[in-house]
Amino acid sequence: MLEAIRLLYAMKSVWAILCALLVGAIVIRAGGSDPLAAYAALFRGAFFEYHGIATTLVKMSPLLLAGLSVVLPLRAGLFNIGAEGQIYLGALFATLAALYLPPLPGWLHILVCSLAGAIGGGLWALIPAYLKAWHNINEVIVTLLMNYIGINLISYAVSGPMMEEGAPYPYSAEIREELWLPHILPRTDAHLGVVIGVGLAVLIYFVLQRTSIGFSINTVGRNPEAARYAGMSVRRHIVWTLVAGGALAGLAGTYEVLGLKYRLFHMFSAGYGYDGIVVAFLSGSHPLYAILAALFLGGLRSGANIMQRAVGVPTTVVDTIEGLVVIFVATSLAFRFEQSRWASLWRRRKEMDAALAGRGQQGSP
Amino acid sequence: MATATAHLVVDRVSRSFGELKANDGVSLHVAHGSIHAVLGENGAGKTTLMNILYGLYQPDEGRILVGGREVAIDSPRMALRHGIGMVHQHFMLVAPLTVTENVILGLRGGLGLDLKAHTARLRDLSRSFGFDVDPSEPVWRLPMGSQQRVEILKLLYRDADILILDEPTSVLTPSEVGPFLDLLRRLRSGGKTILLITHKLEEVMAVADRVTVMRAGRVVAELDTAATSPRELARLMVGRDVVFEVERTEAVLGAPMLEIEDLVVRSERGLDAVDRVSLAVRAGEILGVAGVDGNGQNELAEAIAGLRAPAAGRIRIAGRDVTQASAAERLHEHGLGYVPEDRQRTGLVLDNTIAANIMLRDYRRAPFARHGLLDFRAARDYAARLVKAYDVRLQSIDQQARYLSGGNQQKVILAREIERGPRVLVVCQPCKGLDVGAIEFVQQTLLEQRRRGVAILYISTELEHILMACDRIAVIARGRITGMLMPAEATAERLGLLMAGSAAAH
Amino acid sequence: MIDILTDPGLLADFLATSLRLSVPVIFAALGGVLSERSGVYNIGLEGMIIAGAFGAAVGGYFAGTPFVGLAVGIGFGLLCALLLAVLGVSLGVNQIVAGIAINVLMLGLTDFLSRIVFHGQGNTMHLDGFMPVAIPGLADIPVVGPVLFRQDLLVYVMYALVALTYWVMFHTRWGLNIRAVGENPRAADTAGISVPRLRYACVLASGGLAGLGGCYLVLSQIFLFSEHMSAGKGFIALAAVILGRWSPLGALLACLLFGVCDALQLRLQFANPEVPYQAFVILPYAVSILALIGLVGKPTPPAAVGLHYQRESK
Repeated sequence: MLEAIRLLYAMKSVWAILCALLVGAIVIRAGGSDPLAAYAALFRGAFFEYHGIATTLVKMSPLLLAGLSVVLPLRAGLFNIGAEGQIYLGALFATLAALYLPPLPGWLHILVCSLAGAIGGGLWALIPAYLKAWHNINEVIVTLLMNYIGINLISYAVSGPMMEEGAPYPYSAEIREELWLPHILPRTDAHLGVVIGVGLAVLIYFVLQRTSIGFSINTVGRNPEAARYAGMSVRRHIVWTLVAGGALAGLAGTYEVLGLKYRLFHMFSAGYGYDGIVVAFLSGSHPLYAILAALFLGGLRSGANIMQRAVGVPTTVVDTIEGLVVIFVATSLAFRFEQSRWASLWRRRKEMDAALAGRGQQGSP
Repeated sequence: MATATAHLVVDRVSRSFGELKANDGVSLHVAHGSIHAVLGENGAGKTTLMNILYGLYQPDEGRILVGGREVAIDSPRMALRHGIGMVHQHFMLVAPLTVTENVILGLRGGLGLDLKAHTARLRDLSRSFGFDVDPSEPVWRLPMGSQQRVEILKLLYRDADILILDEPTSVLTPSEVGPFLDLLRRLRSGGKTILLITHKLEEVMAVADRVTVMRAGRVVAELDTAATSPRELARLMVGRDVVFEVERTEAVLGAPMLEIEDLVVRSERGLDAVDRVSLAVRAGEILGVAGVDGNGQNELAEAIAGLRAPAAGRIRIAGRDVTQASAAERLHEHGLGYVPEDRQRTGLVLDNTIAANIMLRDYRRAPFARHGLLDFRAARDYAARLVKAYDVRLQSIDQQARYLSGGNQQKVILAREIERGPRVLVVCQPCKGLDVGAIEFVQQTLLEQRRRGVAILYISTELEHILMACDRIAVIARGRITGMLMPAEATAERLGLLMAGSAAAH
Repeated sequence: MIDILTDPGLLADFLATSLRLSVPVIFAALGGVLSERSGVYNIGLEGMIIAGAFGAAVGGYFAGTPFVGLAVGIGFGLLCALLLAVLGVSLGVNQIVAGIAINVLMLGLTDFLSRIVFHGQGNTMHLDGFMPVAIPGLADIPVVGPVLFRQDLLVYVMYALVALTYWVMFHTRWGLNIRAVGENPRAADTAGISVPRLRYACVLASGGLAGLGGCYLVLSQIFLFSEHMSAGKGFIALAAVILGRWSPLGALLACLLFGVCDALQLRLQFANPEVPYQAFVILPYAVSILALIGLVGKPTPPAAVGLHYQRESK
């Protein structure tokens, strides 16, 4: 029975999401609609209809990359709240590389643009990284402030020097067709960005679990003092993980341009940077779970449009649900199996088992 | 002693933390206007008991009586209402606030602060007991001894008449202890009852009227100090006659392995924590560095280990200058092993498994990693071997290090540093917080390394441990080496004077 | 552009605009100061502002009087803050995540509910609000008079609250306790101060204040509710707390600086479109970062901010 309770505790994130959906249902009902119909439309549309799935994947691309941009520094104990600004800077650099570099063969140029976008985002994260590593200034505040500077820099760029001739509102020229990311689902907008995101997630997971670098990143995050003692340069880790995080966010912006919009738009990011924090939080800082979290969140956003068309419930209810999910998951974290009375019962059972089996406690087999 | 006349009675109190029973049926009888000592080694349960009296923890069983009436103390505020006040080992002062602000913090009263009136009253109170504290100074500017007096002032200002002092002399130099004990006597004459928590026998004999001895969470005895002796108290504290000798072979000395020349190291505040220290440790020798906590030992150790850059001076290992070398280089290329003072914050990553902790400093090298990829099997094999050789008690090498006892954690760290075959070992407070069995193990291990020709620098505040293990003893005070003694010359007075900074003892 | 400096009438106008733009931020920043001084990050100020704005609109719309709107708006701000307090102080959830969650939740919820409650008329209604009231005598001082003393009720409330917050923080027992809890909660606990209760009080106050800022937006400035009308003011408030060195007066000055920049960039957009107005949007943030580095004064945040305090920790 105790094992079952232990399992219940382990699934607490699932319970949290269900609670959020429940409260969301109440909100939908308050708006005068039928929650079941609404949810049915939302989930069916997001995950079981061809065009809905495509939209889910489209939304998942920046969400996953932004999520990874928060997860990686988080492993080293750093909060990257600046993904939003890094997304914009990455998009800017990528668009500049697409529009103003001499034309290279398509795939090569795409690679160069990706690199440019990664550099853009990485550079934007370099400033808070330096301030944290050398002056111990809280990176939460600096990255937050840099967001606004970044957003407004791009706003200036596309309403001024980069603005397309005769455009009704600020956007840049369109990038040439050779640079458009290939589509992964025919006749839809779903592009390669999400595949790259998944690939990077797997890569990051591998690095964190099985390499020395991953070991050091985890150690720095768990205990920076012991990390120094272990010979790890905490400063270098701060800088590299934040810059890498910035680069990942930069890629998120890059692929929005190369894969979806084909131009740099003023205010193109619908808060993906902050959603990335939500993705990272829901994933528990685990790169592979981030894929699931990004899929879930992307599905919510994609299904929202379908739900509005089908049942008339406004898409903003999804923002509400997203907020509720985070709050419930955060609350569920407070319920730790180890702190509960079930845990001491369970421990005592284990000790009794060990004693009865005559096994000693020394060493290991 | 009849319960009715006692000022404070603790009646069969028990308290557990998870698996550990910190207090087991503890009883105490403290008379009015007396100084009552609670004696015991680290981990005997003294601090837990005091935290219960002060309302920070609740007992699982038992009761407490003040002035003959049973009380329930569920918070420090409640404790104060019953006249019980506590000065913790780690001061509870808010650094940027002034003395007055710290003293009046938490006082009931009107909304306004009334700083002027309180400051004046504090000045008078301070003078009447012979303190020397300016109430308008911000606390972070005061030296340790003064901060301690601020803590006591806090209690006196609130008319506490039972004062609990937790290891009060651990932050004082030997020359400050005398005046402090006088202060206690003045407080006693002033009608206060004092509960003195300590592990120092001499203080108990010097100033206490009665003493309760605790061991492993239980009360072992409660006696009048007039009716006992230090030797008996030591025996009660430890459970057997304390053997102050460990088997030692003649030292076979080799070339100097660790040389420190005119080392200057700055502390966080920018002061010179280590002030031109020069030392040399030869192969096969254990050099002790004794001193009161906070005289530069941490900075010295960190500078040698490569965790803190010195402001001046040179460090040489086996003749090669390593002053510019990083911690990793000193470890891997020069053979410097380092056992830090704070095993949980620096020496281990508690959330990691034991196997991961054992490879903590070698995570980039074979056999733990090849071409950047970790080899978990090799790590676990190595860890299993070490755990067996050093008799580390655990459930599995995959459990987290936080579940090991202090002694076993220390064994893991020692095993890790020693098995690498270092030429030099720097150990800081290696026996801190360990039970007697673990202490013996650690000392024997270090002596074994000494026999094998390792040069060992043994930094500690526990004189008995240093005397047990070291061939020579350097004394550090205020960042300078004030003297170098052979164990035979290291009497309590000699050491005390050197630790207070007087080089005249030589 | 230069004309604002030469013509006193225009200057007064410009300063008045600056002040009005900074008022909601000042309310939120006061809340931020209180919260952070007690050791709790309140990243959720943005959500509390919009919640307050929505509440003000709902109350004002249904009761017909702005005073009910004020009460409801502050109430909604308090509710959000209660959520933050429960998550961050009692349950030990990461305060930053909790704050962001509240922002996302409130922005979405108020958007959704406003469509339902106002039947899509949110952008066209006109609420009864607080009109400017001149203070006799003071309002006649040249230049400064009309700027400071010909404002509406809530602005005068703001003056009072800034002074009150300052007085509480540095001249009362409560303020001493707050400062102690933010620097060394263990010491405060030992002194008998209830750390959670104090933090709850400060976080709730910050929610009420931020809600008040939202009320001002609706009841004194725009007289309607539109989604996301808080427009990032909650985050500017956080910057102001840092720039203002966690002091009520400092935060006030920082907010006024931000207000001036805001007024400047708005003016530039219309008067001189060739000049990139974004420069003035960016300026306050850049200055805040410089402040953090210590180029504009030495920053010392409360030592225990962001850390969860638990009494029985072994």
